Amino acid sequence: MKKFVSAVLAGCMALSLAACGNSASSASTASTGGASEGSNGTTVIKIGGIGPVTGAAAVYGNAVKLGAEIAVEEINAKGGIQYEFKFEDDENDAEKSINAYNNLKDWGMQILMGTVTSTPCIAVAAETSADNMFQITPSGSAEDCIATDNAFRVCFSDPEQGTLSAEYISENNLATKIAIIYDSSDVYSSGIHDAFVAKAEELGLEIVCDEKFTSDSNKDFSAQVSKAQSSGADLLFLPIYYNEASLILTRADAVGYEPLVFGCDGLDGLVSVENFDTALAEGVMLMTPFTAAATDEMTTSFVAAYEEKSGGETPNQFAADAYDAIYAIDAAIQKAGVTADMSYSDICDALKTAITEIELDGLTGKGITWDASGAPTKTPAVYIIENGVYVAA
Amino acid sequence: MEFLSNLVNGISLGSVYAVIALGYTMVYGIARMLNFAHGDIIMVGGYICFIVMTSLGLPSIVGILAAVVVCTILGITIERVAYKPLRSAPSLAVLITAIGVSYLLQNLALLIWGSDPKSFTSVVSMEPLRLFDGSLVITGETIVTIVVSAIIMAALTLFVNRTKVGHAMLAVSEDKGAAQLMGINVNATISLTFAIGSALAAVAGVLLCSAQPSLLPTTGAMPGIKAFVAAVFGGIGSIPGAMIGGVLLGIIEILSKYYISSQISDAIVFAVLIVVLLVRPAGILGKQIREKV
Repeated sequence: MKKFVSAVLAGCMALSLAACGNSASSASTASTGGASEGSNGTTVIKIGGIGPVTGAAAVYGNAVKLGAEIAVEEINAKGGIQYEFKFEDDENDAEKSINAYNNLKDWGMQILMGTVTSTPCIAVAAETSADNMFQITPSGSAEDCIATDNAFRVCFSDPEQGTLSAEYISENNLATKIAIIYDSSDVYSSGIHDAFVAKAEELGLEIVCDEKFTSDSNKDFSAQVSKAQSSGADLLFLPIYYNEASLILTRADAVGYEPLVFGCDGLDGLVSVENFDTALAEGVMLMTPFTAAATDEMTTSFVAAYEEKSGGETPNQFAADAYDAIYAIDAAIQKAGVTADMSYSDICDALKTAITEIELDGLTGKGITWDASGAPTKTPAVYIIENGVYVAA
Repeated sequence: MEFLSNLVNGISLGSVYAVIALGYTMVYGIARMLNFAHGDIIMVGGYICFIVMTSLGLPSIVGILAAVVVCTILGITIERVAYKPLRSAPSLAVLITAIGVSYLLQNLALLIWGSDPKSFTSVVSMEPLRLFDGSLVITGETIVTIVVSAIIMAALTLFVNRTKVGHAMLAVSEDKGAAQLMGINVNATISLTFAIGSALAAVAGVLLCSAQPSLLPTTGAMPGIKAFVAAVFGGIGSIPGAMIGGVLLGIIEILSKYYISSQISDAIVFAVLIVVLLVRPAGILGKQIREKV
């Protein structure tokens, strides 16, 4: 028996060694292929990405992955500094995200573009801070995602979205009585909620119904919807992700509740849920910095590239955030004169200051700037869903 | 009026739990095992119905039948492959296997249907009932769910108590060895139990997805756990117990969500379960068996 076990163990070891060899050689062939025209020799800068490409939040991870890949291909095609991009799945789970981060570090990652969702992002930010790895999250919008000085972000923060939403509702007199349904177990959702409530109070908006749900009870919304309905609110604020929103909209429709629905970028993706009746989303307002419906040249060429790469899907805001994140990295690298042979810690020190000195004309805003806190400055836009497409409000 | 509409919502949610709990309770009663994969068979039922209705464009009745057929076959296959070889193994081994099957089904669904949520088209085309000038709205799904689960419970009770096969099931549940000596085919009876349980899971899946139209590979996980709680609550092994447990659980969940807190409703549900089990360890309708020493 002992002999058998040791034989099996030896076999396993041999296999795993072989696997190591394989992955190393495939990585190196990929890099030489990309860098043959590069002006700085034969090496490339390795950017890692982390996000959910499976699980309930997969729409975001897949969008980020594709958006970033498009940006990397575009930059590499121009010549100059060459990049290699590798994306790992975290299923929107903090623990899996840290595993993914460690895998990418083994691969030789020098810069992290991630993670996509807030909860895992906070966990990974603690690791990158300890390692001094430069991190820019495209869409991790919780405040704590960029609490450390090595972490930056492309999208708005949750509190910013909440504050801006309240200001927008108040300025445009959309409603006087507001109902909120939010996910109290989610950092993104409760972050927006808290800031929204604080700002709404300041602006004299009345919150008549403030209901919660958690990730364990996110299917049945009959109690929350009937509470919102009986509270007499004329606006329903949904600072949540699109999947729960689709259930709330279905439920509201079934009981004949027709408030004005207002949400943030988490609702982006609502109309692309398979078999979802877009009539339910008619008139839903959402604040998102990017829409594929825009007609400027940058957006149209990005949308075309994305559709080709994804087999006909329309890019959402997360794809655009990722695209901008890669361009921001590239701009900061050029500003700081980073080269591929530098260690990730040196790169991080250089980029930390360089990124605050650049100004980026991206898909999610013109003239985006960063300060040392890691937060971007850009102008938000509000859209209304009409006949299944976004129309500028 | 508010209370009434919440009560109706609670009964509606509870009826879905009840149908799922019936499957749990039957399998436990007869095979003496907790089939944790039951919740995931629900999810498979939902997906099959979705494919037939949305991708193939066939009428909803075909979707429901297809779901029932596929889930029945799936249930029998799982029993044959994963549980039958463990018939004489300790119950802990079977429990772990069931959890393994549950993950296997979830991940297979992820592989086949992907991770993007799918919006299920309700199989109920009934207009909602508006009572008292629209202040009480009862959706078609609610009515159908309540009626279907009541019919299923009644039919199942009759089947177990009045037919020969049903008596065989009762005999196997009391004593496997003695039943075999009496000429009952124990393996066939257990297979049949799984077939019925899985068919019920398919129906539950269609009802669940009609009421909460978001289909994901994890759709069955939480309702499965809640239904298991409902089965224990009502007295595991007892058919009317599963029904009562399910409906009570649904009502408690919705009422505590509405009147106490939408955040801690699950905690309240489980607290009630603990209290009930302290008072009646075998559940509301469970048999109190004294250990003979």
